[in-house]
Amino acid sequence: MFKMEAEGWNGFVGGKWQKEIEVRDFIQKNYHPYEGDDSFLAEPTQNTKDLWQMVLDLSKKEREAGGVLDMDTKVVSTLTSHGAGYLDKDKETIVGVQTDKPFKRGMNVYGGIRMAMKACEDNGYKVDPEVVEFFTTHRKTHNAGVFDVYDEEIRKCRTNHIITGLPDAYGRGRIIGDYRRVALYGIDFLVADKKKQKDSFGNVYTDHVIRLREEISEQIRALGELKQMAAAYGIDISKPATNVKEAIQAVYFGYLGAVKEQNGAAMSLGRTSTFLDCYAERDLANGTFTEEQIQEFIDHFIMKLRIVKFARTPEYNQLFSGDPVWVTESLGGVGIDGRPLVTKMSFRYLHTLDNLGAAPEPNLTVLWSTRLPINWKQYCAKMSIKSSSIQYENDDLMRVTHGDDYAIACCVSSMRVGKEMQFFGARANLAKCLLYAINGGVDECTGVQVGPKYRPITSEYLDFDEVMEKYDDMMEWLARVYVSALNIIHYMHDKYAYERIQMALHDRDVRRYFATGVAGLSVVADSLSAIKYAKVKTVRNEQGIVVSYETEGDFPKYGNNDDRVDSIAADLVSTFMNKIRKHHVYRDGFPTMSVLTITSNVTYGKNTGDTPCGRKHGQPFAPGANPMHKRDTNGALASLSSVAKLPFMDSQDGISNTFSIIPGALGKEDQVFAGDLDVDLKLD
Amino acid sequence: MEGMIHSIETFGTVDGPGIRYVVFVKGCPMRCMYCHNPDTWLMKGGETKTVEEILDDYERYKPFLKGGGLTVTGGEPLLQIDFVTELFEEAKKRDIHTCLDTSGIQFRRNKPEILAKYERLMKATDLIMLDIKHIDPVEHKKLTGQPCDNIFDFLKFLDEQEKEIWIRHVLVPGITYIPEYLERLGTFIAQFKHVKALDVLPYHNMGKEKYDKMGMDYVLKDVPEATKAQAIEAREIILGAMKKERQRLKDSGEF
Repeated sequence: MFKMEAEGWNGFVGGKWQKEIEVRDFIQKNYHPYEGDDSFLAEPTQNTKDLWQMVLDLSKKEREAGGVLDMDTKVVSTLTSHGAGYLDKDKETIVGVQTDKPFKRGMNVYGGIRMAMKACEDNGYKVDPEVVEFFTTHRKTHNAGVFDVYDEEIRKCRTNHIITGLPDAYGRGRIIGDYRRVALYGIDFLVADKKKQKDSFGNVYTDHVIRLREEISEQIRALGELKQMAAAYGIDISKPATNVKEAIQAVYFGYLGAVKEQNGAAMSLGRTSTFLDCYAERDLANGTFTEEQIQEFIDHFIMKLRIVKFARTPEYNQLFSGDPVWVTESLGGVGIDGRPLVTKMSFRYLHTLDNLGAAPEPNLTVLWSTRLPINWKQYCAKMSIKSSSIQYENDDLMRVTHGDDYAIACCVSSMRVGKEMQFFGARANLAKCLLYAINGGVDECTGVQVGPKYRPITSEYLDFDEVMEKYDDMMEWLARVYVSALNIIHYMHDKYAYERIQMALHDRDVRRYFATGVAGLSVVADSLSAIKYAKVKTVRNEQGIVVSYETEGDFPKYGNNDDRVDSIAADLVSTFMNKIRKHHVYRDGFPTMSVLTITSNVTYGKNTGDTPCGRKHGQPFAPGANPMHKRDTNGALASLSSVAKLPFMDSQDGISNTFSIIPGALGKEDQVFAGDLDVDLKLD
Repeated sequence: MEGMIHSIETFGTVDGPGIRYVVFVKGCPMRCMYCHNPDTWLMKGGETKTVEEILDDYERYKPFLKGGGLTVTGGEPLLQIDFVTELFEEAKKRDIHTCLDTSGIQFRRNKPEILAKYERLMKATDLIMLDIKHIDPVEHKKLTGQPCDNIFDFLKFLDEQEKEIWIRHVLVPGITYIPEYLERLGTFIAQFKHVKALDVLPYHNMGKEKYDKMGMDYVLKDVPEATKAQAIEAREIILGAMKKERQRLKDSGEF
């Protein structure tokens, strides 16, 4: 049924990708690995500089206005809700903003009308009463659905912060549409494919088939709307892109559709650079565009990604220490055939950090392998030193499970693009869980009986075996409540805030990772180590609740490559993951776990009482899988070695380690230090 | 054999070539005013570690230390010369690059048993980083509390031993950051053929916090930090003098 050739495909090596939607096959057959250095890169054009200056000016105005420059309070954001918007139409080569003008935030209500109202109110705006009325009386939102089902136990866990950050009032995010498909195939081809999928279930209407047919219908509708959205900018995306400019534009429109429709916790881009390089190489060979032009397209594309904005509340921004979108783009890596997936386009993406200056978004993430070309490694190092803006992830580790066309959503969540998605599940506070085990389910901060009324520890000094036994029981309880909450959340999100356009850019049969997470790993590891190797005395308040600890003697601390405590951390990860695995999860999800927090560790610390490791109430947790601050005393390699012992297969949604170092501490700069006087002092 | 260890840094990037496993030992007879490790001065309060313990721990980081190696610093490592010698000899058996960061203060050419020890140590040492604190004998004494004659003699000894030498020099405003001294330093080190690198370190006051914590007076509290640009400039002065002197030595047939 598909037309087998398209103008946009001329000059490409054909194959399976022309018969079915298979972007990886296209990349593998058409990309040109690049092993050279960065000397080919082009400077920003005057238009790029002018546009970026406009962005800087608007950013300044936005800050002066208290964080938000403009918000839509009337029109609910959809793919087609707004007409075209520009920075400067004549100068932009890649176009499209979320509303009808840059820096005007859209209104996303399907995640929850209450959150949308609060986001407006906290920023000095007010949602149109008709909209409120409609989404309160006539059309339910995700948030309302979730709270119709939540039980008392789940609510208590939320308010006492043992389970935190649940996406029950806002978009869950962490889904990456395969935005490349829009460029490679064009909308018409994608719609034809989806129509075929819709009729592929037979005519026995089980719940499953009914749901899928309805979802695919929504996807088809969304694809049509995406075409309309592009048409508002005078661009036709019904057919495959014919050059790199069109391809970048099409990929961006795909992404733009997603961020118009969803205000997700992380709205990541995927792995687009090497794909787009296939077009760039073709255009360079044909003389269609120059290097300078191609860099300009990329600069403008990245500029657009930098100004993606959502309406959010101050609490949300506090949790994430800012207003992040997590436009994560995965760069590099090595293919399963051994060829590095580094192309000139990978360089061009990083080069935007020079052309536009350093920025946290998009979250440029280098998939690191020992087998990457040396020039690329050196360029990454150079740009890291210059910009402090690059994230690194272990491709050698992830390639084993995900192949070579996966991307990272948010910070560490890996998934095959267009084939796998995830149900984002925030995290459970394992440190607080340990305190619940000691206090028989009573919260150490609020005094409320949150967990089950198990027997508390009554002895003055903590006994390791007794604590472990109780901790195991309490984790069992926590895992059950946690998974229950997530099941409810994802059911309702699918029902009331389904990601139509993102799922339209997925295969029919998608693997759904059911992502959970833990916080406080190093706090617990050190606490258990203290109980095991030192003497820990309990300090109780008048109610008999243990509110503090006195630790006598020293104990091994996680972060020093010491197996005595590192094994406690590693076991904890496997233990909790196995408890998660015991439970039914929504929609045949594949349960995973992350040891991840980049910034919210500060908030966890505020809400967790004193811990046996010596940490005081209010002191931040370490981020992610990091050792506690200043407890790793043997240098970075020892610290990282402790982290590296955590079992990836039991925390497959990722393990994060935040590592800061001043460039000077990474070695001497050659102006100050040559290391080779022979060269300097040659007298002959 | 056991050494008295202050601490281990598994990711040393400023103490020799490549990424290095750095052993900080306890004890130092010098009292350099700018010292940023005053907690290493006294021998007591350290942790004893055997040669084998250290090298076994090193092995755990081997994949990261390609192109790097083992550095011993301190403190003054050569207060524990027997330990360092055994550590380096065992390290060489395991094919590990060895680097010694020393002030050379303990060297005594006129004592045969000491000289023999130094000769033995040099056989297992790949690289020496020698700190020259001050080129002027009087100022040296003021800055470090110790005379400089043995240190300069040690440099001569190293050159005779044909050991690769890196010279380190801390640039302290008003103390060493004086053109005359920098030129004299350059002229002096020019005669040593095996000086392969010159590392001029801008003085920083990050050690001050340690002094405060230890209840010690920080003598340089009113001295400003040196900048990177000043370090570059100072290095040029030293190299310029060095070049001039080498040319002179060459012309006169002495080099």
